[in-house]
Amino acid sequence: MDRKTLSAAFSVTIPVLMGYLAIGIAFGLMLQEIGYNFIWAFFMSLSIYAGSGQYLGVTLLSTCAGLGTVALMTLLINFRHLVYGLSMLEKFRGMGWRKLYMIFSLTDETYALLASAQAPAGVEPKRFYFAIALLDHSYWILGSVIGAVAGALIPLDTTGIDFAMTALFIVIAIDQWQSCSKHLPALLGTGATAVFLIGLGALWGQQQMLLVSLGVIVLALLLLRERLDPSQPGEEDLPC
Amino acid sequence: MLTPASAAASIAVMAAVTFLTRALPFLLFDRGERPPKLVLYLGRVLPPAVIAMLVVYCLRTTSFSSPALWVPQAAASAAVVFLHLWRHNNLLSIFGGTILYMVLVQAVFS
Repeated sequence: MDRKTLSAAFSVTIPVLMGYLAIGIAFGLMLQEIGYNFIWAFFMSLSIYAGSGQYLGVTLLSTCAGLGTVALMTLLINFRHLVYGLSMLEKFRGMGWRKLYMIFSLTDETYALLASAQAPAGVEPKRFYFAIALLDHSYWILGSVIGAVAGALIPLDTTGIDFAMTALFIVIAIDQWQSCSKHLPALLGTGATAVFLIGLGALWGQQQMLLVSLGVIVLALLLLRERLDPSQPGEEDLPC
Repeated sequence: MLTPASAAASIAVMAAVTFLTRALPFLLFDRGERPPKLVLYLGRVLPPAVIAMLVVYCLRTTSFSSPALWVPQAAASAAVVFLHLWRHNNLLSIFGGTILYMVLVQAVFS
């Protein structure tokens, strides 16, 4: 990759550098706290590469969740990627071998950059996109390894660091609430989980009830489709 | 704690499923046909419902039997909401709330 492309991509990715280092460090600290060192952090960030997905992964590892639960929870938290992919079909066309990596590395932040960034004059757009994706991925790996190493080396009381995950989900929820015209899906998710997970979890185990909550939510959304689906064409491509 | 082999298996499943969710649109719709309406509908309404579910899931250990089991969560969550509505800066909201929570559980309600 030539220097010009790399430096053009670097200047675009600086905000993601800040964000990924911070969120990645918190991830590394949480992982270290549940007993997995920087080698685990490195391989998780290299192979999974998903912010909220890996935060959830810390909980799945610490609660020794079964592989079925792991698969289903990962699927649901990443469901939004389906929408991202749909709007990148055109952009990734003709990228050859790099396309596979572009699809793998399509995180929220990379998606946001690719959706808006324009390659400067003299820089080939496809290489520019690839450089953005590659830089973002390396920031994420770097941040999580720094976090895990710091958690192991610095005698820091990290009790309560796991709240970073709750905070991240609250932030995403607020952003979604403000960008959606209909709040029923969010209220439904809150209500169903409160009833089934908190209310009945003590009786039948929270791991099982989480899956039950999910089933109830999907079923209710399917039943409410007529109410929630926009009648005007054109609105259907907007997220939520 | 999981054995290293089970942990590696969990991570492999997370990686495979994450890649699958990212690759699915390209596998199904790269030839130009419109995705089914039901898929688009779920792609739109499921994310807010799932994120709301995860917020409740994260707060599941909250209990009103003692202030130490609900005040830190409530105060830190309120701080995240307030900071985010005020500044709309993800890092400020996440770290502000987390640091407050850590101070509360380590120093105030320890």
